[in-house]
Amino acid sequence: MTIDGSWYLTLAAVLFTIGAVGVLIRRNVLVMLMCIELMLNAANLTFVTFSRELNDIGGQVAVFFVLVVAAAEVVVGLGIIVAIFRRSVGTTADDPHELRG
Amino acid sequence: MLHLACLIPLLPLGGFAILLVAGRRIGNPVAGWLATICVAGAFVVSVIVLVALFGRVPASRLFTQHLFTWFTVDRLSVDVGLRIDPLSVTMALFVTGVAATIHLYSIGYMEHDEDFAKFFTYLNLFVFSMLMLVLASNFLVTFFGWEGVGVCSYFLIAFWFRRPAAASAGKKAMIYNRVGDAGFLVALFLIFEKTGSLDYSTVFARLSHVSTTDATAIALLLFLGAVGKSAQIPLFPWLADAMEGPTPVSALIHAATMVTAGVYLLCRINPILHAAPVAGHVVAWVGVSTALVAATIGCAQTDIKKVLAYSTVSQLGYMFLAAGSGAYVAAIFLMLAHAFYKALLFLSAGSVIHALDGEQDLKKMGSLRAFMPLTALAFLVGWLSIAGVPPFSGFWAKSDVLENAWAVSPALWAIGAVTAILTAYYMGREFFLVFLGDRRWQSARPGGQPPRDPGWVMGVPLIVLSVCSFLGLFIDLPFHPTWSFLERWLQPVVGASLAVHHFGVAELWGFGLADVAFALLGIAMAAAVWRAAVNRPRLEPRFLFMAWFVDWSYDRFLARPGVRLSQFASSVVDARIIDGAVEGVGRLVRRGGERLRRVQTGYVRTYALTIVGGIVVLVAYFVTRAGS
Repeated sequence: MTIDGSWYLTLAAVLFTIGAVGVLIRRNVLVMLMCIELMLNAANLTFVTFSRELNDIGGQVAVFFVLVVAAAEVVVGLGIIVAIFRRSVGTTADDPHELRG
Repeated sequence: MLHLACLIPLLPLGGFAILLVAGRRIGNPVAGWLATICVAGAFVVSVIVLVALFGRVPASRLFTQHLFTWFTVDRLSVDVGLRIDPLSVTMALFVTGVAATIHLYSIGYMEHDEDFAKFFTYLNLFVFSMLMLVLASNFLVTFFGWEGVGVCSYFLIAFWFRRPAAASAGKKAMIYNRVGDAGFLVALFLIFEKTGSLDYSTVFARLSHVSTTDATAIALLLFLGAVGKSAQIPLFPWLADAMEGPTPVSALIHAATMVTAGVYLLCRINPILHAAPVAGHVVAWVGVSTALVAATIGCAQTDIKKVLAYSTVSQLGYMFLAAGSGAYVAAIFLMLAHAFYKALLFLSAGSVIHALDGEQDLKKMGSLRAFMPLTALAFLVGWLSIAGVPPFSGFWAKSDVLENAWAVSPALWAIGAVTAILTAYYMGREFFLVFLGDRRWQSARPGGQPPRDPGWVMGVPLIVLSVCSFLGLFIDLPFHPTWSFLERWLQPVVGASLAVHHFGVAELWGFGLADVAFALLGIAMAAAVWRAAVNRPRLEPRFLFMAWFVDWSYDRFLARPGVRLSQFASSVVDARIIDGAVEGVGRLVRRGGERLRRVQTGYVRTYALTIVGGIVVLVAYFVTRAGS
């Protein structure tokens, strides 16, 4: 049984929306980071879907790049989060706004 | 032997270099002796070169010594070289000769000055520049010397720069000269444009290809330069103010040598003047007007040096009259004679000032003949010479000038004759006020030492110059062609353009007797008025004392509006418009930055929302475009 490509795309869209809304409305930094990951993976899913639909290996190659970048991003992001939490546990993403210009 | 010529300017340059580096260490008076020896050495070399040049036949008395190429740009190649011909050697000889005596005099005059070495540094630099001016083989090197003497003049007028009057007089000399220099510079451009060269020989050779209009323009522009340097109408007021400098400077630069550079230039460019008769007339008329105007001013001055300064302006006017009339030999003759007697008069005046501890007011002198016999005698010789009493050199030179003026226009001669009477009169006035009459200086120095003649260091130059003022007559005598030494000597340089007039014996006697009569009339007038009197306000009108208000009007109508314009430029244009624009840009950027700063809230979700908003816009754009 093959599932139609549009399902995957719909799923990716749903995941992306969840991620985007999460970034916008949640104030917990860790959750926001996870939401960003969610958006990245939604994009990956789209790549893979189109790769299969169009018989083009390029989409899957792009996914590898995204994964690498995501890994790097997680390293940096977690580092920042740890630094933020060191100041006080339970800080939200709004608290470091004292760094504004 | 002619190759030694390069030593003439190099010796003073060497003296300058040594004094510049080690002048302070060498100190007083060795620095002065070193400078004097350098200039005296240059004089000796000049004599050797003169003899060597004399050994050649007249037609080949031109020797160009190429030293090095200064620069080459496209078609223009300027060599630094020396042009050794009778005119330049005559000039070199008299510049170094007069300069050497005045250097010697300065050792005595400046002995108490703390900047003794600096003074001689400047003097040597001046002599070097002046020698480059007269010996140069092209216009540009002459211009180099021209500027050099101008700068030295500035340094030396403002030598006592702590006195505001001296500092301002130095600046004034510089600015007046600048006006003339602009003319000189434009003339250089024009010469290069029309002849493609700046070398004297080349320019004169190509002169036949230059139209009369162009030649007139070139001659008049060079004349403008000469007017500035030689203090002619309308650029003469600076020379009177230049008397703020030490007296040896007045004698050397502002009487004997530098101010005659203009006359030298006109004699040097005699082929151009010959090709432009209109320019010659302008020169003659400006010269004779200056002679008259300056002589009238000289009648009313009360400063011992200012009388001499205006008398210099007046005599320079005579020289221009001669050059404009085509009588270049007469111009050079008067220049040489004038150098001797005017340097003599200035040095005598310097001795008087020195003896009276800096007093320069004629009205506070008097009766000095009894105390300073040598100075009085020297001044007497200078006075009789400048007045034109035979057998002193001034008589012969002035007669020569007036004869040639008569040949051009009797009106020129008449004005020159009036000037001759005035010359004898105002110099007589000075002599009577300083050396005869009452001892008006006594109240100013109660119990002080009476004024005395200077020591031998200052006395020897007085004697030498007195003798020269007398012997100067042998330079050029009108009695017989073979006795016209100067005329025959300068023949290769000016011969082609020299105006030659043949007067009969009766006419020559007539001119001679008339000149003697003018001189004696002026002396008699001076004696009648000033033997006993000290103040004659009607004979010293304010109009003449203020020098025809020329300087005053320049100050009123040029300098002050200029200052006001500068103040306007400073307070309005600079402070508001220019600074306003600059500061306005800065303020704009800062204000803009402050506004834009608010965008950076620091809330991550604001940024994220902005990104989302951007994406939405982009997507909407692509979707609608894809639809269309």
